[in-house]
Parts: sequence; C-alpha cells; structure tokens
Amino acid sequence: MAIVVKRPKLKWWEHLYIPAIISGMRVTLGHFFQIVSRKKKVTMQYPEEKWDAHLPEHYRGAPALVTDEQGRERCVACQLCEFICPPRAIAIRPEEIPSDDKWAKVEKRPKKFDIDMVRCIYCGMCEEVCPEQAIFLRKDYAITGTSRDEMVHDKDRLYEIGGVRTGLVNKWNDLK
Amino acid sequence: MDWQFLLASLTKIVVFVFLVTLPLVALTVWAERRVSAAIQDRVGPNRVGPFGLLQPLADGIKFLLKEDFTPSHVRKGFYWMAPALTMVPALMTCAVLPFGSTLFGEKMVIADLNVGPLFVFAIASLTVYGIVLAGWASNSKYPFLGGVRSTSQMISYEICLGLSIVPLLMIYGELNLSKIVYEQAENGWAMLPLWGEGWSLKGALLFIPVAISFVIFVTSMFAETNRLPFDLPECETELVAGYHTEYSSMKFALFFLGEYAAMIIGSGLAVTLFFGGWSLPFGWLKPDELHGEVGFLTGAIHIASFFLKVIAFILFFIVIRWTLPRFRYDQLMRLGWVFFFEIALANVILTALILWLVE
Repeated sequence: MAIVVKRPKLKWWEHLYIPAIISGMRVTLGHFFQIVSRKKKVTMQYPEEKWDAHLPEHYRGAPALVTDEQGRERCVACQLCEFICPPRAIAIRPEEIPSDDKWAKVEKRPKKFDIDMVRCIYCGMCEEVCPEQAIFLRKDYAITGTSRDEMVHDKDRLYEIGGVRTGLVNKWNDLK
Repeated sequence: MDWQFLLASLTKIVVFVFLVTLPLVALTVWAERRVSAAIQDRVGPNRVGPFGLLQPLADGIKFLLKEDFTPSHVRKGFYWMAPALTMVPALMTCAVLPFGSTLFGEKMVIADLNVGPLFVFAIASLTVYGIVLAGWASNSKYPFLGGVRSTSQMISYEICLGLSIVPLLMIYGELNLSKIVYEQAENGWAMLPLWGEGWSLKGALLFIPVAISFVIFVTSMFAETNRLPFDLPECETELVAGYHTEYSSMKFALFFLGEYAAMIIGSGLAVTLFFGGWSLPFGWLKPDELHGEVGFLTGAIHIASFFLKVIAFILFFIVIRWTLPRFRYDQLMRLGWVFFFEIALANVILTALILWLVE
C-alpha cells in the first residue's frame, strides 16, 4: 500500500530559508564552542592516553603461550590450534621430550611455535580448542612491525607475552 | 613608467599575493579542518607543529612528492592547462582589492583600477574554463558531469552576482574600490550605516536594498566558489570527486588551492563592498582624504583590520559549509534563476526609486 507522506505546510518566513540556517548554525556553533571551550571532551588522544585500564576481561588480543607454576610449558604440541586456525596463522613443529626430562611422560612439546600476526584474526578459536589450557588471547592489541618477518611471533616471544599463568588444571602432576 | 612604480608594484604583488594570500590559503585549509572537527565533536589535525599549524605544510610536501599520474585516456594539453586555469584567475583578482590605506606613502592596492568590481567578475568568470576543461579533458563520465554542472551553475550565478552589486554602485556612483572604501569610511559601511551621512533617513532606507544585495551576493559567492551548500560539481556521493576525479598530486592541489583562493578573494570583495574594506567603524583613524598620508601605525592597523574582517568572513564560510546540507540540482537552478535573478533586478529598481525619492 502506498503511503502518502504529508508534507508540512510552511509559514511564509519558513520559506525564506534564513531561519533554518540560523537554527542550524545554533546547533553547529553550539558543538563548536563546547569543544573549543573544553566543556565537552569526546576524543581520547590515542598514543598518550589508552583504554588499557578499561579493557573487558573477555578482550581478545594477541594469542600467547603460557607456562604454569611448575615452570612447565603447557603446550603439548597436539596441533589442534594449528588445525582449527581459520586463517592458518599458526605453524607448529613438535619434538619429543627426552626421557631424562622431569616431564618425560608428557612425551611431546613444540620445537617451533610460530603465529603469524599478519594473518591472525583474533578469533580466539585456538584458545577455545586447546585441551591443555596452553594458549590464551591476551590484551595486547598494538602489534606492529616494519617487516613481515617481524610480525611472526616465535615460541620465545609467545612465552614472553604469555608469562606464567596460575590456577590452571594440572593434569600432568604426580598423584599425591 | 618609472622604476620606482615598478619596484613598488612588484613589492606589493610579492608581499600581498605570495606572502599573505597564499599562506592565508594554507591557514584557511587548516582552519576548515579544525573548525569542522570541532563542529563534529572531533579534534582535527593537532600533531604537526603547535595546534597542528604546520599541517598544511605537511600536506603540501605530500602533494609534491606524490606520483603525478596522467591517465592514458585524457587529452594531455587541456588536461595540463586546466589546473592552472583555476588557480591563476583566483590570484589575479587580488590586483584590485584595496587591502589597506597607505603605508610609507604608497597606496595599498596593487592596481587602482577604475573598474574594480567589473575586473574581478571578468577575471573570476575565467575560472569556469579551468573546471570545464578539467571535466572535458579528463574524458570520463564523472568529471564530465561535474564539469557540465559547474558550468551551468557558475554562469547562472554570475548573473546574480553581477546584478546584486548594482545597487551599491548606484549608491556610491563609483566603480573604483579604493574610493568605495573611503566613501564607506566617511559615511558608514554599507552593512553598518551608523555614522556620517549614513546616519540619516536616506541611509536607513538604503539599508534595505543593501541588505538584500548582501544576501544575494554572499549566496552567489558560495555558488561561484563551488562551496557547500552548492558544491554539486564535486559532490562525492554522486560524482566521486567531480571535475578533478582524474587528477592527482600537485595538479589536484592546484584545484584545491584555487578553490580556497577564490573563497578568500570572494571574502575580500564582500568585505570591501559591504563592510568598509580596511576602514575602522565610526570613522576612527580615517585618513583626511582619499589616499591621504597616514602614519605607519595607522596604516598597519588598516591592513590588520582588512585581514581581520576577511578571516571573520572565511570562518563564516566554513561554519555555513558544515551546517547546511547540499542542495538538489534543480533547487539550485530554481534558486538562481527564479528567485535571485528577479529579486536582484527588483532590488536595482527599488534602489533607484529610493535614490530618486530622497533626492
């Protein structure tokens, strides 16, 4: 059904257009003076001021690997995250844990763990899929570099960002 | 022609056009960005230099260093000519604007022509060639449409622009801008007739046609300089960037600067015709006669007064741009031909009647 839009009948002085200009300028100049007199502040001067203190708990920033209280690297190189990663940003090469190691029964650990931050889309699927609680998305968001190589986070860098995380399930500990 | 005159003229050209007007263009671009930002609750460029004042310089360097790309499908000769044709007339009109009384006994106007406003209109109307050539030589759809639009728009509004100042010329009986300014210094500005002969019944009656003239003049000036609310030749939503779509780097910068230079000259003309040019209100610090000798300080104050008024006018231009939405093209044409043209004509007759009745 066609809708007939009723157009308002304008007064003669409204036809002059000038009152509309004045009321429009009152709006724009109102904003102008509010900003100029610093009564209102909207913009955050980014590099100097940051939102970091207000980031929510569930914020998804750069993915990182963590170690636990025992100093064990939690990743067991199961490669599930590599498999699920939608943009294929993760590349893992596993290695065997030597039998004289304290955690020999874990059997596997990553020899190489690269996340290409140019490809990463911060979806958090790696964190979701990880059966070992080894990879987490941190709050770092300003990941920069001057070359593609620089943007690849290797294992050392990932542990550096991740740090130690406590209170996780320790399924590899000896039974007490 | 003696060398003293040549030297004085050359100094005035270099100082007024290249050392004052062009930096003022850069400053206008900066002001446009900062004011528009404040109006939209943003901050605007504030990083380069104090308050971001060096931003235009950074922009200029960027324009110069960018690749100057000429598409293969353009007509090269006209394509290269067009940007210059928009920039040059805009700067040429500086010649007749009196930007001060006298300084060191020298008239503060580059060419004291007896046909001031006519010269400005004649030269300013050449700008349309630059835009038409740019649109046509680019040999693609959007620039072509932009060029066609701006041609009809500028030609239409030139008529209103010319007709709107006829009442003023009738009142002053003079086409020399310096004399018009001195007349206003003595007898009240056209838009503020509060002293001298302006403070009379005749002055009050003549204020009506002058105010109508002012509205028509300023609106036509917006249309002539392709500023919002009349920026249809380059409206982004319909025509990408209009006539300068195919231009890059310094050629685009010339269009950009030409537009702002035209805006400054337009403001200068409006100030000269309606707000008493360099004169101070109520005849303060007025020289005793036309081109009469004044002290250095007074001369400097006059120049400062002129540029202060021009800057105020430019700010008005900017605020209007960020306040009003764009007109539709048929509305634009209707406004120009059906309303302003007739009102300007009637205004001429009204002025003549007032002058005749009061005499």
